[in-house]
Amino acid sequence: MEMMSGAAMVVRTLKDLGVKHVFGYPGGAVLDIYDALYAQEDVEHVLVRHEQGAAHMADGYARSTGITGTVLVTSGPGATNTLTGIATAYMDSIPMVILSGQVPSMHIGEDAFQETDMVGCSRPVVKHSFLVKRAVDIPEAIAKAYYIANTGRPGPVVVDLPKDIVNVLEEHPYQFPEDVTMRSYNPTLKGHSKQIKKASKVLLEAKRPILYVGGGAIAAQASELVTEIAEKLNLPVTSTLMGLGAFSGVHEQSLGMLGMHGTLESNKAMHNADCILALGARFDDRVTNNVEKFCPHATIIHVDIDPASISKTVAVHVPVVGSVDQVAKQLLAQMGDIDTAKQKEKLADWWEQIEQWRGRSCLDFKKDDKLIKPQEVIQSVYKHTNGDAYVSSDVGQHQMFAALYYPFAKPRRWINSGGLGTMGFGLPAAMGVQMAHRDATSVVITGDGSIQMNIQELSTCLQYKLPIKIISLNNRALGMVRQWQDMNYKSRYSSSYMDSMPDFVKLAEAYGHIGIRVEHPDELDAAMERCFAEKDRLVFMDIAIDQNEHVYPMQIKFGAMDDMRLSKTERT
Amino acid sequence: MKRIISVLMENAPGALSRIVGVFSQRGYNVDSLCVAATDDKSLSRLTITTQADDKVIEQITKQVNKLIDVLKVTDLTNGSHVERELMLIKVATRSELVRAEVNRNVDIFRAQIIDVDLNNYTIQVTGTSDKLDAFANVLAQSTEIIEASRTGICGLARGDKALRP
Repeated sequence: MEMMSGAAMVVRTLKDLGVKHVFGYPGGAVLDIYDALYAQEDVEHVLVRHEQGAAHMADGYARSTGITGTVLVTSGPGATNTLTGIATAYMDSIPMVILSGQVPSMHIGEDAFQETDMVGCSRPVVKHSFLVKRAVDIPEAIAKAYYIANTGRPGPVVVDLPKDIVNVLEEHPYQFPEDVTMRSYNPTLKGHSKQIKKASKVLLEAKRPILYVGGGAIAAQASELVTEIAEKLNLPVTSTLMGLGAFSGVHEQSLGMLGMHGTLESNKAMHNADCILALGARFDDRVTNNVEKFCPHATIIHVDIDPASISKTVAVHVPVVGSVDQVAKQLLAQMGDIDTAKQKEKLADWWEQIEQWRGRSCLDFKKDDKLIKPQEVIQSVYKHTNGDAYVSSDVGQHQMFAALYYPFAKPRRWINSGGLGTMGFGLPAAMGVQMAHRDATSVVITGDGSIQMNIQELSTCLQYKLPIKIISLNNRALGMVRQWQDMNYKSRYSSSYMDSMPDFVKLAEAYGHIGIRVEHPDELDAAMERCFAEKDRLVFMDIAIDQNEHVYPMQIKFGAMDDMRLSKTERT
Repeated sequence: MKRIISVLMENAPGALSRIVGVFSQRGYNVDSLCVAATDDKSLSRLTITTQADDKVIEQITKQVNKLIDVLKVTDLTNGSHVERELMLIKVATRSELVRAEVNRNVDIFRAQIIDVDLNNYTIQVTGTSDKLDAFANVLAQSTEIIEASRTGICGLARGDKALRP
């Protein structure tokens, strides 16, 4: 058996698992592992500027590829700095492995320098965690971590590695575990046949059905199957924030996003549906509005790989535990040959009703001569990227504008922190995307608040030559907070404005990038042209937008799904 | 409504804290918790008593089942089952009258005196939680209870049903 140090085992296990990129930051407890990383080329290490950035990069990497993202950080502050990133991945079910250094075993519990109980700190926001106690256990622990992270409902897994077991001076036999099985962990992938029969019966009998698709369809790589079901049954399709792109947003059957800032047609169709087929979506509070008034006419079929997601907020009629791809296949097989023409005829009245709602054109907005509207910025990005970019987003108004005005035709193109709503996610996530897709266009839609939460990563972008396009919607305010203050707090702007904004153009230049400031609607198109023509450089677009623009449509609190504001003055 | 959840899990470090974590982070309450390794030392059996309605209990069992270290979860209160709790209770026995009364109650409740000191008896009693409550109440009527320690409920399903890996 090959002999090597614990540190070498860490790197070797990563290599044997096919890990190509690690995002991290060195420090005392992981110096041995960094030493082992030094003399090899199999695993590329990306040196970040803050560990939170490393976690978001690994996350963006994972979201855009489906491949588990990897983070390597030291003990104590290095580890705790990743917690927001881990929680972000946990809430959105993103596969990630976090290798954290730990103080030497004999000092655990002594409040040693840079000691924190990382397994304890991260426990509520990980799928699982390991504290490895012996060097010979390293390969198995890491292999298990990757297995757990990217099977079943994906999620982050922490592997805590005390310094003494990775000591470069002590050698141990290395054995890569070819097969990882765990008696306590066997996710259910196939739906129960009885439930499949029930579901297909309900679907085929429905007169006003709707397909409600979420991030689970992307995680299960089930886009084609979802599309097949939708097309065969002529179903209208609405998507959660996390599911955008699972079903093409430019498909004629797509109604766009649903929920708090969903389209009128999506929320109306949900509320009036007699059958909801939920594929990998979890009836989150940002979707349902008041659960007491949620979709009163619908028989709900809920397909989810996590049994705990079923009937958690909304009681469902036909629960199906399984992965979206497997269940979709089973459903298609069960339904057999469907006469699509006949099905179209059956749903003609339903579609006619939907077209009426669509006719309200809820996303229309008024352009202005002097002020740039955020919506037109997103439309311009769409135009200049031919709708084919990887778009990462931060959190706030700009996130909703991006979700609504940039229809995604493919899965894994829309990268955003949906569940946790982490400001500061966008830039590092776009960097992870760019590391995985070196030739693709990686755009960040951000705002003047969010971008400043991880702006230090501009330095990493220079080091690794990441030609990201940062589209910052600068409204000199925390837009979404301000919108809520306008709506619910009599426009008392408590701490939602920023008095001393940096000069973002100079800031970008200071980091070695290109900065472009846009202030007038007439300049927008040319500036965007210039931005996307810079193929090899990072461009920071600081775009001054109308400070008073709100995101609409918006559900009215405590109402049903379709109780909505359509503008500052109109309601449904 | 009182529910008894029985859990079979890996006897691994940190496994218990994950279970307790699910209860605290999701706002479920724990009335009692009883845990020890099983005949197979690689496994632990855990019994949690909680108050919850059907919807919450469904979430609790699903969320606990979701933990990677957990093999099986069952709600014992769903079916016919046996449950027992053990209490050690120390009472003051300063007069012959009190000693006689305590002795009589020990007999009636089929308890056992397991330690005797100049001024007190330590008594062991097993049974349902109700019985333990009743016993403590009766003792309190005739003497002073110095201290008591209870294990919390542990239980098994009746008949062929079993929680096995």
